[in-house]
Amino acid sequence: MTPSLHLWLIPILPIIGAAINGFVGRRLTREASASVALLFCGSAFAAALVIAARFSTLSLPHVEYLAHWIRAGSFQADFAFYLDQLSLVMLLVVTGVGFLIHIYAVGYMWDDPGFYRFFCYLNLFMFFMLTLVLASNYLLMFIGWEGVGLASYLLIGFWFTKDSAASAGKKAFIVNRIGDFGFLIALFLMIKHFGSLNFADVFPSVSGMGVESAGAGLLTSIGLLLMVGAAGKSAQLPLYVWLPDAMEGPTPVSALIHAATMVTAGVYMVSRSHVIFERAPMALMVVAVIGTLTALFAATIGIAQTDIKKVLAYSTVSQLGYMFMACGVAAFSAAIFHLMTHAFFKGLLFLGAGSVIHALGGEQDMRRMGGLRREIPWTFWTMTFATIAIAGIPPFAGFFSKDEILWRASRVSLVYWGLGVFTAFLTSFYMFRLWFLTFFGDYRGTNTSAEHGAAQDAHGHEDHGHAVHESPKIMLVPLMILAVLSLVGGWVGVPASLGGGDHFDKFLAPVFHSTNPTAEAQGGAPEASTEVPETGASRNQELIFTGISVSAAGLGLLLAWLLYYRRPDLPQEIARGLGRLYGAVANKYYVDELYAALFVTPLVDGSTRILWHGVDQNVIDASVNDAADGARHVSDTVRHMQSGNIRSYAGWVAVGAAVNIAYMVWMGVR
Amino acid sequence: MVPLSYYLILSGILFACGVLGFLIKRNIITIFMSIELMLNGVNLSFVAFAAHWHALSGQVFVFFVMVVAAAETAVGLAIIIAVYRTRETLNVDQVNLLKL
Repeated sequence: MTPSLHLWLIPILPIIGAAINGFVGRRLTREASASVALLFCGSAFAAALVIAARFSTLSLPHVEYLAHWIRAGSFQADFAFYLDQLSLVMLLVVTGVGFLIHIYAVGYMWDDPGFYRFFCYLNLFMFFMLTLVLASNYLLMFIGWEGVGLASYLLIGFWFTKDSAASAGKKAFIVNRIGDFGFLIALFLMIKHFGSLNFADVFPSVSGMGVESAGAGLLTSIGLLLMVGAAGKSAQLPLYVWLPDAMEGPTPVSALIHAATMVTAGVYMVSRSHVIFERAPMALMVVAVIGTLTALFAATIGIAQTDIKKVLAYSTVSQLGYMFMACGVAAFSAAIFHLMTHAFFKGLLFLGAGSVIHALGGEQDMRRMGGLRREIPWTFWTMTFATIAIAGIPPFAGFFSKDEILWRASRVSLVYWGLGVFTAFLTSFYMFRLWFLTFFGDYRGTNTSAEHGAAQDAHGHEDHGHAVHESPKIMLVPLMILAVLSLVGGWVGVPASLGGGDHFDKFLAPVFHSTNPTAEAQGGAPEASTEVPETGASRNQELIFTGISVSAAGLGLLLAWLLYYRRPDLPQEIARGLGRLYGAVANKYYVDELYAALFVTPLVDGSTRILWHGVDQNVIDASVNDAADGARHVSDTVRHMQSGNIRSYAGWVAVGAAVNIAYMVWMGVR
Repeated sequence: MVPLSYYLILSGILFACGVLGFLIKRNIITIFMSIELMLNGVNLSFVAFAAHWHALSGQVFVFFVMVVAAAETAVGLAIIIAVYRTRETLNVDQVNLLKL
């Protein structure tokens, strides 16, 4: 019996911070607000570290019961937390990266009038995210799931006076609702068939079921519905459209919520439900196909974006696609590995982009940047680390995780692998394009101090009247830490073929291999390949594949160098040459327009014409108004009887009596 | 022997006179007298029926009506005097301070 770990402390701490900043933040100084936020977020991180330190002594999975929640008949869902290797990794990533981004945000948001409000939301987000990660049943997870959606909505629309930010927040919320619909139905199915939502009840029941090979069954339906939810939250095709718009939020928010943590919730949820997916090959295939297509699709859009944050947003969508590709080929530990390294380098990329934007007083358009490496060297060097990491160049973190995914995908189908490698090439290309455009060449912007008024990232920069300037230390330190993590973060999972120990995979093995049906049934399926000693041929093949993906990354770098450093005039000519194809990519394949025409416009028109003008105004309003009008007309007529004249009353009484008597007499006569 | 119907017709005429007076007169005292007239019209029919049926209850009832009428007269006249003192009029249409 493991002693209590006080897991409840981890989510509770941030919400205390959120409550303090939310209720009395207006009266606190900036220093006090920031210290409250950092203190509570930091102590959550510390608590996670304490648990990690005691990790080897624990018997996992460790379930900690906190309080009753719902008990209805045989169904029960409690406030209880669930700790195993998977949630521990998520815990460390969320609290660690979250804490770093909190620190950064203190510097970034310093001049914003909504400073305390920002940290209230940020801490609230941490609370919900940690609830999601630690939940011991799907229902509590769903609470966290919805909560992070709420926090995301609040933070995207943080500058709510700006129309575009407000509508981006709404868009994110509504698109996520579509996904949540699928998630909810999956939960209902589970309640119906397993009578419970606790991981500890559902997974053993599922383990008893066979693999659904012939088409769709219960587990396939649940898996597909969960994937709908994951696609909404993790911005996969066809529900990815909200994420690029979410860049309207402050940059630390983009880093924390829309790159490092919240959007990976879908990957976490699918990995958590791996028992279900492993028994539903069709659902797995759908996950893999969606992931692969999303990775490719978003990467191509990323090439033609000019807004530095939009490039990173599409890159995030693309990298999430990689993670789902990994889930789809049942390489869940590879997915979580990439999730972790991605949190490091993508968080760093966003923070670096924020630092660039800060340096330029709100400029986000890469066409007006350039030559910044001398002015902001620290930002430049940390961004360089992240760029190399995401491009997949060894020995940086992204290389190991991406390579792991591609290798595992190649074991299932070479199509996934081929598209994955091509995406890796695109990734490297658009990232180095960003890198060259931002930091090399000549500065293409106008005088930045003049642009402060029109700053798109609308936080005040009044005290920095001079031109390009490096960010303060409080912003640079998180950058440096994340840069180090982007370098070494992948070393925990060096695959055996490169002489490593594959520690990460082994660490997660108790979670992902304990109930693997194919391993039991066939004794050596792709999912279990790490348990089978690798032959020399297989190792050589893996090395060849690795070589190919690294050269794809190198090719991307080379192409970016050629187009955006060596011959900066070429891209425009190519764009002109491609004509409409380039136009389609630059306009994001007109997906937003397509959705608007297919769903939004018909819905808005239908609601306006039928529901509003038709039903609401002509039926509901009309019936109420008519009833009122009728009552008024009747009373207008009747009120003349009540004149206050005693003699007219007496007259009515006399007439009534006369009528009564006449009636009785007449009846008597008959 | 005068037939019952004569009494009843007289009683009806008295009652109708009372009602008519109540409806068309504006002077409070006249209205008051009209009410008394109605009561006495009813009283007449009571005693007529009592005599016709040789039943005592009709006559007893008349006494009750008289007692009530006397009490009513006392209270009513007091009110009329009070109204006259404050309003200096006996016209009911002008006693309308409580009306909107």
